[in-house]
Amino acid sequence: MMQQKNIGYYRLIMLNSLGRVVPDTLRGYTSATAYQSKNRILIPEKAVVTKPLFLDSISAIFDEYHISDGMTLSFHHHLRNGDGVLNAVCQEIKTRGIKHLTIAPSSIFPNNAIIVDLIIAGNITNIRTNYINGPAARPIDDGKLQGLLLMDTHGGRARAIESGDLPIDIAILACPTVDRNGNGSGTEGLSACGTLGYAQSDLRYAKKVILVTDTIVDKVKQIDLDGKYVDAIVQIDSIGDPEGIVSGTTKITKDPVGLKIARDAADFLYQAGVIKPGFSMQTGAGGTSLAVAAAVRKMMITKQIHGSFASGGTNGYYTDLLKEGWVDNLYDVQCFDLEAVRSYRDNSHHIAISASKYGNPYEPNPVVNNLSFVALGATEIDLDFNVNVTTDSLGRLIGGSGGHADTAHGADITIITTTLAKARLPIIKEHVTTITTPGEDVDVLVTERGIAINPRRVDLLEKMKNSNLTIMTISELMAISHQISGIPAAIKEPGKVTGLIVYRDGTILDQLYQRF
Amino acid sequence: MIRSMLFIPGNNPAMLQNADIFGADAVILDLEDAVSPQEKDAARALVKAYLESVSHQAIKVYIRINGLDTEFYERDLHSVVSDQIDGIVLPKARVGDIEKLLTILYKIESETHMKKTMGIIPIVESAKSVLEIEKLAALSRIQGMLLGAEDLSADMEFERTKIGTEIDYPRAKLAFACKAYKIDAIDTPFTDTNDVNGLIADCQKALNLGLNAKAAIHPNQIETIHDVFSPSPKRIEWAQRVLLAAKKANEQGLGVFSLDGKMIDKPIIERATKIIDAAKKYRLLPVDHA
Amino acid sequence: MISGMAGTLESNDTMITVTPAEKMSIEVTSVVDAFYHDQIVKVIYDTLLEQKITNISVTCQDKGALDYTIRARLLTAISRMEEQDD
Repeated sequence: MMQQKNIGYYRLIMLNSLGRVVPDTLRGYTSATAYQSKNRILIPEKAVVTKPLFLDSISAIFDEYHISDGMTLSFHHHLRNGDGVLNAVCQEIKTRGIKHLTIAPSSIFPNNAIIVDLIIAGNITNIRTNYINGPAARPIDDGKLQGLLLMDTHGGRARAIESGDLPIDIAILACPTVDRNGNGSGTEGLSACGTLGYAQSDLRYAKKVILVTDTIVDKVKQIDLDGKYVDAIVQIDSIGDPEGIVSGTTKITKDPVGLKIARDAADFLYQAGVIKPGFSMQTGAGGTSLAVAAAVRKMMITKQIHGSFASGGTNGYYTDLLKEGWVDNLYDVQCFDLEAVRSYRDNSHHIAISASKYGNPYEPNPVVNNLSFVALGATEIDLDFNVNVTTDSLGRLIGGSGGHADTAHGADITIITTTLAKARLPIIKEHVTTITTPGEDVDVLVTERGIAINPRRVDLLEKMKNSNLTIMTISELMAISHQISGIPAAIKEPGKVTGLIVYRDGTILDQLYQRF
Repeated sequence: MIRSMLFIPGNNPAMLQNADIFGADAVILDLEDAVSPQEKDAARALVKAYLESVSHQAIKVYIRINGLDTEFYERDLHSVVSDQIDGIVLPKARVGDIEKLLTILYKIESETHMKKTMGIIPIVESAKSVLEIEKLAALSRIQGMLLGAEDLSADMEFERTKIGTEIDYPRAKLAFACKAYKIDAIDTPFTDTNDVNGLIADCQKALNLGLNAKAAIHPNQIETIHDVFSPSPKRIEWAQRVLLAAKKANEQGLGVFSLDGKMIDKPIIERATKIIDAAKKYRLLPVDHA
Repeated sequence: MISGMAGTLESNDTMITVTPAEKMSIEVTSVVDAFYHDQIVKVIYDTLLEQKITNISVTCQDKGALDYTIRARLLTAISRMEEQDD
């Protein structure tokens, strides 16, 4: 419900249904199911290309397509912290002094520090992304970005592109191997990175699409990017550093507190009847999330329960699950390590999905809607179960939704696993600093001192009423954290608006602010 | 009766603040081997301040003080003996030490008007101590005895192994003495924290010899220890059937009855009751779930 | 110079250094300054008051320690400083 609030004579403030201020020129978030009564909006796909151009440098792209002030350039983030393409394009922008550009990379990592210079000099004035971590976030926090930072979810970015909300002039897509017909593969070549799920919408709807590669072959074995959309191909020495793209295999945490939380989460899921034959799951790929996957797997082995699928970004842990036959299929939108790349290449049950098929609310049956449960993290959670994974408690950018809000909506049960406090600071707040995922989609909070169930889930409260797990209200959990840590002081009032949190349906969930 | 005791280094704030969350039946806040000589004062102050601010209802709290052969033990006792703890774990314990310790405890308890009386858990970790096991178990306030195989092996000059044959004798002696005096027989820690199968085998060995609990040096060991030292689902189910049959027999006025072709008499019913009590205490009774 | 130090820079710990001074001074830098700075100063101040110590300079480098840890480290630092004095 949209409310207008009068403060004094001078300003009207628009609040969305969660009580957050939103720009009065845009639609504020109403509910997580509001999209169900709306129609899918699709702009026409881009022009098909019979024969792609072969260019010999990043610079040539700028000349050929007249990249100039005010344009929107998009990128995917499958090369993660080893990406060389976004950086090379930024370098070229800097050299040419082009201004007022919007960049729309699906994520921004610490090695994209060059963006700092471009923000300060005004080459880049607007950014639209799903995740931002590292030096590039700092000038945005400090109000140096002349325009706004818009943050989507992975599924929401697909929606934004296909509907024309995010119009892309040039999509510059890194691709490990490309063939003479413009088809791209993610599994061959020096910088193999696996599936290219975040590039699919850009590929179809950008005005022009350029593939940047370091390996050209006659014919790729497996087509991940359909050459018919590709306008040009650029070959450079190296598209990125394999170390940063796929680094080793993430290990399950050894921290005893994290392991206890993971065990309790798995116990909860079992007692709630979620882990039954044919169930499906997604967890994050970090150490603690993997511990949840490990605890669930242990349960699957003990009770001999097989799952239908696991989804997400995949890594060696999940490919083992597939190999050993504990799940029938993996639905993969990005590969985190070499194990995952190999499995995708060799195993027909390791299936690539686009970001749209993964989490676009307007897809007829996105993968997230079929999840039995998802286990996610949080920097903060509040008494309404709203979750923050975008900023820290000082309001500074440390991440972004990624697939958080998508999976939280689609999964039958959304479990947040976290310690009760991080370095003394309680995770449970009265109101989160930034809302990334609305509380109506968040069901359970599991901490080392207790579990809280969202009061909306009367069914879960009923199922778990005789459980031997320590279950209490989220207010009680917050009280415990305050008793241990002390009540944290309030932070200073925020300054000017620096960005917007865009919900997966395009409505505005919250704003980002300059903090001092 | 307990199943596990988790050692927590006394000078480590990060571990202290999580001491109670790992589900151990008891924690031992350690002022002795986990703390370097230069930090004994810091550990003592930290544990004291921790105990003053935190209260644990569900979990037992013990303090391993420094031995009576050190310069530290008196200050340790004066800092920690309070209503906030359940007792003292005494390293290198000999009968004479316990008597000395008891004198100090009586004094502190009366001077500070404590409501609780402190229990004592001696650590048996020398050859002479092993010979005194029966006498130790009989002493006043002894709640259990802990075998310290690492120091014992040093004293005995034999090799400490995972198979553990070298400590069969002290383990067994401890088990019998503790059972006779109805106190906890607590097994020595398993020091390889990466070897889960080794831990399971070690726990099983101790259980087979009649010990009822084990010390843990890492929180990740607790789950395994509980798996072995808790009544198994099969045992619990058997006990439930026995008690149900006993109830029925009682209603029908029958004194003695049979179950599965075996005669069930009073000692068996008592054993079944103990199993159900333990199952209730450790929340092991089957939970209804969807 | 006479001084006493206790604690570490490990997570959830606090490192406290004390030296004799003309009047009380308390300086705190914490990883959670924005949220607990005043609370940390209060714990230090209250402990000094309780110990009836005023002529002391306290420096605290905090890594998210709880109140009882700060109190304990301070008391240890003070007694170590006093030991030096003997």
